[in-house]
Amino acid sequence: MTTESRFNFMGPRKILGALSILLVIGSLVSITVNFLELGLDFTGGTQIEVEYDAAAQLEPIREVLKSSAYADASVQHFGRPEEVLVRVPPVEGEDKDKVGQRVLELLQAHSPDVKLKRVEFVGPQVGEELRDKSGIAMLIALGLMLIYVTLRFRFKFAVGAVVALFHDVIITLGFFSITRLTFDLTALAAILAVIGYSLNDTIVVFDRVRENFRKDRAGTPEEIINNSLNQTLSRTLITSFTTLLVLIALALLGGELIFAFAVALIVGIVVGTYSSIYVASNLLLAQNINRDDFLEQEKVLDDMP
Amino acid sequence: MNKYPLWKYLLVLVVALFGFIYALPNLYPDDPALQITAKKAGGETAPDVLDRALASLEKAGISIKQSELLQGSALIRFDNVDDQINAKDVVQDAVSGDYVVAMNLAPNTPEWLSALGAGPVKLGLDLRGGVHFLMEVDMAKAIDNKLKNDLNNIRDGLRELKVRYKQASMEGDQLRLSFTTEERVSQARSMLQKDFRDYLVQEEQADNVTTLLLTLSENAVKEIKDYAVSQNLTSLRNRVNELGVAEPVVQRQGADRIVIQLPGIQDTANAKKIIGKAANLEFRMVDWENDPMSVSRAPVGSEFIGMRATGQQVLLKKDVIVTGDRVVGASTGYDENGRPQVNIELDSVGGRRMFKTTNQHVKDSMAVVFIELEPERRTVVEDGKEVEKVFTKETREVINVATIQSALGNSFRITGLDSPAEAKELALLLRAGALAAPMYFVEERTVGPSLGKQNIEAGLMSLVAGFALVLLFMIGYYKLFGLIANVALILNLLLLVAFMSIIPGATLSLPGMAGIVLTVGMAVDANVLIFARIKEEMANGVTPHAAINAGYDRAFLTILDANITTLLVGLVLFAFGSGPVKGFAVTLSIGILTSMFTAIVGTRAIVNLIYGGRALHKLSI
Repeated sequence: MTTESRFNFMGPRKILGALSILLVIGSLVSITVNFLELGLDFTGGTQIEVEYDAAAQLEPIREVLKSSAYADASVQHFGRPEEVLVRVPPVEGEDKDKVGQRVLELLQAHSPDVKLKRVEFVGPQVGEELRDKSGIAMLIALGLMLIYVTLRFRFKFAVGAVVALFHDVIITLGFFSITRLTFDLTALAAILAVIGYSLNDTIVVFDRVRENFRKDRAGTPEEIINNSLNQTLSRTLITSFTTLLVLIALALLGGELIFAFAVALIVGIVVGTYSSIYVASNLLLAQNINRDDFLEQEKVLDDMP
Repeated sequence: MNKYPLWKYLLVLVVALFGFIYALPNLYPDDPALQITAKKAGGETAPDVLDRALASLEKAGISIKQSELLQGSALIRFDNVDDQINAKDVVQDAVSGDYVVAMNLAPNTPEWLSALGAGPVKLGLDLRGGVHFLMEVDMAKAIDNKLKNDLNNIRDGLRELKVRYKQASMEGDQLRLSFTTEERVSQARSMLQKDFRDYLVQEEQADNVTTLLLTLSENAVKEIKDYAVSQNLTSLRNRVNELGVAEPVVQRQGADRIVIQLPGIQDTANAKKIIGKAANLEFRMVDWENDPMSVSRAPVGSEFIGMRATGQQVLLKKDVIVTGDRVVGASTGYDENGRPQVNIELDSVGGRRMFKTTNQHVKDSMAVVFIELEPERRTVVEDGKEVEKVFTKETREVINVATIQSALGNSFRITGLDSPAEAKELALLLRAGALAAPMYFVEERTVGPSLGKQNIEAGLMSLVAGFALVLLFMIGYYKLFGLIANVALILNLLLLVAFMSIIPGATLSLPGMAGIVLTVGMAVDANVLIFARIKEEMANGVTPHAAINAGYDRAFLTILDANITTLLVGLVLFAFGSGPVKGFAVTLSIGILTSMFTAIVGTRAIVNLIYGGRALHKLSI
């Protein structure tokens, strides 16, 4: 029983495959050239968020700091015009952990109505450790996914799924690099969540592909994959849609601290949904997946002593 | 057709009830409160202390909501945070220094719920306001201290055995002892073997001089580090308790770090000062054999140390009678001339030592040396590379010299302090215990209370908005089945909140709230998979009941596969993430588990209740 395929997903697979490769290369170039706008968690340093009674003028604040020991501090609005975020890069010297206090005193001397909302100080060593740990976490997550998909499916599936994951992660990072959004620990958590979500999506498609390969003895691999994609299409769209709904709510209402997190997930989910089709499934065809791949699996099990 | 056995309906019902009851306490907002506890361990807070506090509040015109005497402490609740902050100083003054007054958020959970062990979710620092410190123990200094100490003891030991040494010195992380005869070497060796087992001994020969090189064994280094961290942990706990913070967290992290979290604290600068300070006292004899005026440099076994007040150099014996580690109690008071003093109480070992020495030296003088250790990190160039090194600035000052009138025992007093404030701080630091090694801050995050409140509101707003959008969409798209999925979604949220409330140590952070929001979006996935399958089966001409069956059956494995991957990511995040990221991992992982139950078992139970046992022609899907 072959369901009528409404969309010929695999038709433009070569063009879109090429597009994916271009996007990944573009992202990699941007990451190498622009790098990421790493947040305090990874760079170390101090940041101070303060609130004024009325909309704050940034220039006078910059002037105050320029004539102090913190000349290279950056000053910007944070969320609302009344709120200001001062970032001080790691400083040399004895008491780097007192920078927050000093800057606050400077600002208070300049304008008494300033209220402290948040101070964060991360020592350079901790920043470095967090950077290393984050890289390891990402690799371990990808490694675990590879193992899991290999165990549950065939190796060819695992290749498709993991390449799709790298694709999603790289493009999301590329997005951060191009938009200069601050990449901090929460954004990293979002990237890992994207890995989970994207694989989730890929597995739903693969499950159907496997089922159809076993059931459908007539269709070509391309037809079977096309059918599977069509059958899972409504589910893919609805789930992505509901998830995007809540993420948009988070991005708009969740406040400045959670904005980068929500944006990373929105980009990741759009890319992840696309990659389940044009990277993961595409790669199945590229690896010449066919019915024998599934027969072999049963045979191997039978041959076990 | 499509009926569950009774126990399954009951299971769903029981789980729903569980979720409802344990999520319920979150509807009762916490009261800002002050908690009054006695400083002495096991001390009771008597009713008259509470009365005194209440009277002072009435005088200050601060209205209270409620007050109660709990086991060992008293609690005063307020209507708002401003009253609470104003009241803190008033109450602290009223109850005197024997009690700690801590700002607290007192839960309002009704009694019948508390009896069931239910309580509200604990909020993370980013939602509640407060400070988070990460401190690193200066291990180099800890080892340095040990080496210095042992070198002194080895010298004494050799002297006692009448073994003459040519040289005994410390070079880097090695102790060097040199002797001119083989006999002395072997005597020294046997003493080292008996009393200083922490060292590996190597021999070096040159010009008829045998040098013993002592290095700490790996085990000993590990022990020193462990001791330094655990000792610091204890003193930090004591110091934090002195600060008057409710529900503080002081925990070891990794090999040489300690995390401190102080919810709701306002004055971070003061907190940092008290926490980071490494200070100690030494009681030493003033050199009674030599006149400082007649010697040009300090004789062997003595050294010059300046007086804090005048800068005048005092000649002190190097031997320390007792250090601040032996202090078990310290309080402040005033002497007969109205000058601040600190009353000190020693433990039994300290008391005995103090007695033994002072008994022999009546009419001689004893000095109190105050040692302050201030660590600082500097970048230095080493082997052509820039590396960060920790330097410890050690300041020693004599704060008091007094003639011993009679042998001292366990308790005595020291005077010569600059101000009452200094006396108070010294007493506090002595009470709390010294740090075994200095520490420095490697991370600090402070969230003001207004930001905390703002974060909660933002998190709740986005949760409500996201939740409402998903609920509307599901009803619009799947009609009755959408409504069923919504019931499951609500149940899922209840369960998630319930689990977060009862799991000990689980705290809700802003990323944790984001995790809940994300779970809501993703939790419908299981139902979407099932419903899509049911629709598909119906399109293939299968009867409604069979379609329901097939939908749930076939979708199950897919749901499992898909959720396990997200769960794996949750575990990685939990293992590698710190603070807020962990919070996200926890809500995400719990959310996945609860959503699998509600979306599969929960919706099936409702579907079966509605459609089970009826002949069907079409479904509202």
